[in-house]
Amino acid sequence: MDPVLDNLDLYWSGFLRSLGICLWGLVGSLALGTLIAAFRVSPIPSLRWFGTAWVTVIRNCPLTVVLFFFAFGFPELGINRSYYVFGVSALIVYTSPFVCEALRSGINAVSAGQAEAARAIGLTFTQSLGQVVLPQAFRTSIPPLGSVLIAMFKNAAVVGAFGVGQDLFSVGKGLANAQGYDALPVLTGVAVFYLLITLPAGAILALLERKVAIVR
Amino acid sequence: MTSAGETRAAIGQPLVVLDHVDKWFGQLHVLRDINLTVNRGEVVVVIGPSGSGKSTLCRAINRLETIDKGTISLDGQPLPQEGKELARLRAEVGMVFQSFNLFAHKTILENVTLGPIKVRKQKQADAERRAKELLDRVGVAHQAAKYPAQLSGGQQQRVAIARALAMEPKVMLFDEPTSALDPEMIAEVLDVMVELAEGGMTMIVVTHEMGFAREAANRVVFMADGQVVEENDPETFFTRPQSDRAKDFLGKILKH
Repeated sequence: MDPVLDNLDLYWSGFLRSLGICLWGLVGSLALGTLIAAFRVSPIPSLRWFGTAWVTVIRNCPLTVVLFFFAFGFPELGINRSYYVFGVSALIVYTSPFVCEALRSGINAVSAGQAEAARAIGLTFTQSLGQVVLPQAFRTSIPPLGSVLIAMFKNAAVVGAFGVGQDLFSVGKGLANAQGYDALPVLTGVAVFYLLITLPAGAILALLERKVAIVR
Repeated sequence: MTSAGETRAAIGQPLVVLDHVDKWFGQLHVLRDINLTVNRGEVVVVIGPSGSGKSTLCRAINRLETIDKGTISLDGQPLPQEGKELARLRAEVGMVFQSFNLFAHKTILENVTLGPIKVRKQKQADAERRAKELLDRVGVAHQAAKYPAQLSGGQQQRVAIARALAMEPKVMLFDEPTSALDPEMIAEVLDVMVELAEGGMTMIVVTHEMGFAREAANRVVFMADGQVVEENDPETFFTRPQSDRAKDFLGKILKH
């Protein structure tokens, strides 16, 4: 009786579920984090203020608090969604300030002359950000962004523990608790499947970093 | 150049007008009551010791620097404060920087077509055709597929000129365009600038290249300590400077 090999189908479906959370989190936190970073460098003071407040408040809250806020706070406000949607949303919101700040380090590394030249040919603020500054900032930010994203992939397990269900973490919990398998091999199986997400992610990031490097 | 004839015909009309312009950097009064009119088709060279405010003056004309008092107008319109209006104005003003500032992640061709496509909404094929003509004119057509870092400084600066020209600006600003270049590259950039000047382009050039000033300028503006100290035609300015400050400056730079 091998706890992992006997339940490979369960592990596999849990893996796909976790991968789904990770991919939604990836897309969502990159989009939201980029938007907040754009706010923080915007010429409009109220947007800058909002961006700074967002980063300050959310970056300093534990992930579990953000999760509970979504799951229990929002229903009180009359907003009801599935735990899956709440869980993924909380993960996106929680990760966005870290994405924002990693990206902002990249924005700061783009020389002021690049943005000046963009403005000088008549690009608007949004255009110069989108066409000139952010494409360069992203490339420079790949190492810190990579760390943020891999941390988020692992945080997907916390979202799973919180009751999204059927993800890798829940599968492991179910096998060890309900079906009485030894915890150690079960959790080792969970860890191996998580590595199947994080290791390729790291490799893709390293490849991306080489591919898109800009010579200045 | 098709616009050369028209520009020449309209010479004498004020195009860039600075009226009682003041600017402070904190306590430092960098521009003091600047009054300057540049006419269409005119080439004005701004010279002066470093820290005299000449770069700030140049950058204020397309509002890369804000001013604290006075007005700057282009073609009769005062510079807008911010936003889309300002972007539209900047599209009419070409700018060439000391450090080239080519977009590092874009090819030479993309550098030249970005503005025409995004701002002028030209079709990509049209923008590319025009860009190739301009790159050919500045002598770097064969480098179109390369990235800026693969080019020499002189080549990068000529691309920067082509990038500005692609917007078909009413006036070109040059902020010390040759100061970051090796001597043999200075000539290739100045040749392009002289050709532009002869073609009737309105130009405001901040430079230390006295040879260019003598050859191409209609007028020399000498600045010191944030003020326009003296304005004259190049011949008069270089041979018979009026102010002590200009005599002192010329004495220092022409000695070697």
